[in-house]
Amino acid sequence: MFHRESGVFKTTYASDMALYPLPIAKWTVAALALIFVVIVPLGVHEYYLSILNLIFIAIVGALGLNILVGYTGQISIGHGAFMSVGAYTAANLAVRLDLPFWLTLPAGGLMAALIGVVVGMPSLRIKGLYLAIATLAGQLIIEWTINHVPAISGGAQASIEVPRPELFGVVLNTQFRLYFFLLFFAALAIVATLNIVRSRIGRAFVAVRDQDIAAEIIGIDIYRYKLLAFAISSFYAGVCGVLYTYYFGIANYEQFQLNVSIDFLAMIIIGGLGSVLGSIFGAIFVTLLPIVLRILLENVGSLIFSPGELANVISGTRLAVFGGLIIFFLIVEPEGLNRLWRNIRSYFRVWPFSY
Amino acid sequence: MRRFVKSALAASALAVLTFGAGEAFAQGKEVVFGWQCDRTGPTALVGTVLCPGYQDYIALVNSKGGVEGYKIRVIEIDHEYKVPPAMEAHERFKKEGAIVEGVYGTPQAGALAKKLEEDKIPGTTPGFGTAMAADGKKYPYVFPVAASYWSQAGAAVEVVKEKLGSLKGKKIAFIFYDNPAGREPLPILEELAKSEGFELRTFAVPAPGVEMGAQVLDITGRFKPDFVIAHLFGRSPSVSIKEFKGKGYPLSKIVSFVWGSAEADIIAAGGMAVAEGYNTMQFAGVGSDFPVLKDIQAMYKAQGKPSPKEMESSVYYNRGVVNAIVHVEALRNAIKAKGGAMPTGEDVKKGMEALKGKDVTLGAGLLPPLEVTPADHEGGGWVQIWTVKGGKLVKTKDWFQGYRSTIQKHIAAEASKS
Repeated sequence: MFHRESGVFKTTYASDMALYPLPIAKWTVAALALIFVVIVPLGVHEYYLSILNLIFIAIVGALGLNILVGYTGQISIGHGAFMSVGAYTAANLAVRLDLPFWLTLPAGGLMAALIGVVVGMPSLRIKGLYLAIATLAGQLIIEWTINHVPAISGGAQASIEVPRPELFGVVLNTQFRLYFFLLFFAALAIVATLNIVRSRIGRAFVAVRDQDIAAEIIGIDIYRYKLLAFAISSFYAGVCGVLYTYYFGIANYEQFQLNVSIDFLAMIIIGGLGSVLGSIFGAIFVTLLPIVLRILLENVGSLIFSPGELANVISGTRLAVFGGLIIFFLIVEPEGLNRLWRNIRSYFRVWPFSY
Repeated sequence: MRRFVKSALAASALAVLTFGAGEAFAQGKEVVFGWQCDRTGPTALVGTVLCPGYQDYIALVNSKGGVEGYKIRVIEIDHEYKVPPAMEAHERFKKEGAIVEGVYGTPQAGALAKKLEEDKIPGTTPGFGTAMAADGKKYPYVFPVAASYWSQAGAAVEVVKEKLGSLKGKKIAFIFYDNPAGREPLPILEELAKSEGFELRTFAVPAPGVEMGAQVLDITGRFKPDFVIAHLFGRSPSVSIKEFKGKGYPLSKIVSFVWGSAEADIIAAGGMAVAEGYNTMQFAGVGSDFPVLKDIQAMYKAQGKPSPKEMESSVYYNRGVVNAIVHVEALRNAIKAKGGAMPTGEDVKKGMEALKGKDVTLGAGLLPPLEVTPADHEGGGWVQIWTVKGGKLVKTKDWFQGYRSTIQKHIAAEASKS
């Protein structure tokens, strides 16, 4: 990730597909694991862990959406709804049948995958903006259904309170404990995605994205792979919804409305379509930047404004700066933060002997 | 490379400024209040007016020397009505040692209910969250403080009964925003329809609630009710006023719940003159004719500034002030109970549970005569009715509770369910 060979020396397919392009990469991963498993949780205040927790959940959702939009080229603005499907499935199972999270979590994901396939069916016949509208309809239908079917929503308030997840008798009720819970699933999602995209399935997705007729001619069953993309992507979204549910202790459909779908689309577009690292960058950018901007404005602004005025100034300025930065980064590098990162790395590849 | 070093230096300087400077403040005798707000999201219409009210009252308290010698520092966080940032805000408040928290928004209130209890920080949710949160045993750290939608439903029926004499055989239409908060009053209305013998018909307005011609036509043309109870949010209250007016339905036969009751709603519908007779429900006093608000104006004058323009939109502004009064009085109770020592979140919770609206002299008229107890965190569910008369909102019914026993019965039934 941080290191680079001095040129391209790959001669076999196996080396091209390897997860670790260089032996040193194993050490990088080990170092990252050490930082996130030991150093960060022990050395950082719980408040910062809570921010990381939100980022971890966002990473799962962003990865899922990127598989569909970035890798397969099928657009979806219904991912907020898929999250709510996962959330309500898990919440109902956890409350009514008293199931533990390691059963409700995959169940939520599978249910979301099932619904995702149904909503994704129009993708077999339409593309682009048309598909966007079809998935938008899916979002609205799912929202309406949850809102109006008490059997799913658990009553007029459409919210179900779930107990905290429990593992080996430890109740995961603090940010510190939830940190490991969420880190595990974020890491799992990253590894799974890395492996999906370098496998036959991932290559097929990319072929469908780049030119679906050509893909069909070389023997890829595009119907199957399009629906598979929807299923995998919705599975991630469902798991993301379940994680939100356990994190907040409540499933509430108002947490998963259209603006959430848009937020996740924003993440992968800023981060970089069709890249795992880009999804992670995007999730970090969209979650962290408003917080950093606010803290920055608080500290700078408190020198100028009274507390009452400051609150008003911060809100507006933060939104403007956030929007401005998105535009800035997309102008600097239309392919997202991931591309920017790669450019930096290529720059250092031959540094200081650049030509 | 030099450019790279430069920008890296700039970035680290920025980081130091961001995370370092906050710690440098002197501590002194200071307590921290956490305050969530939405000034830029979908409910910015409310937040941009309500939150200055909160901030102004705290500034007023601080300018007079604080509460029992303690100054208050408010950390306001704008979460844009999104849930994850609300969790981040709560953790930030906790880190800074906040002892009370103002929660903003219904999904946020749901997501934080458990966390508030785990972290022992009392949170107020006036006008947000579920009616069940009134149950202090089930939600020990959640304080709705203001009338819930159930209490508002009871109060609305009470008003209708007063205007019509008897409800027997009368027809009442309930027009509501089709979301969980909008549907929440239904069980209360249905039960009262049975016990009072009126015919209830409900009309759902789908989101975003700016198109309700069909529903209003259905109400005025077909159902022809004796009274309309409206429970709408955002832009939809003003649309409903226009539609009812346009169909010739007398606005004096409408009573609106608390989120369709602001001056802004009426002005957006075409002005006060158009809405003559429109009945609004309030959980805080309306207008600027209160001693506290005079004090705030005086404070601004002493600083050589004009009074804040938000004050003119008194419905939401005053709700912010009331919320601040509740926080400050709970703090006062907590400090007194500890004999002047620094209170914790638990102490403020107990202080909140000892809160009696009628003892708070400086909130006279603005604050309802609420009585918060360990069992009843709603404080009784008091509301006022203000009616549009001669171009302004005029109080037509002082603080009252509608069908309190029915509402309590429902809360008890919900509590026994789980």
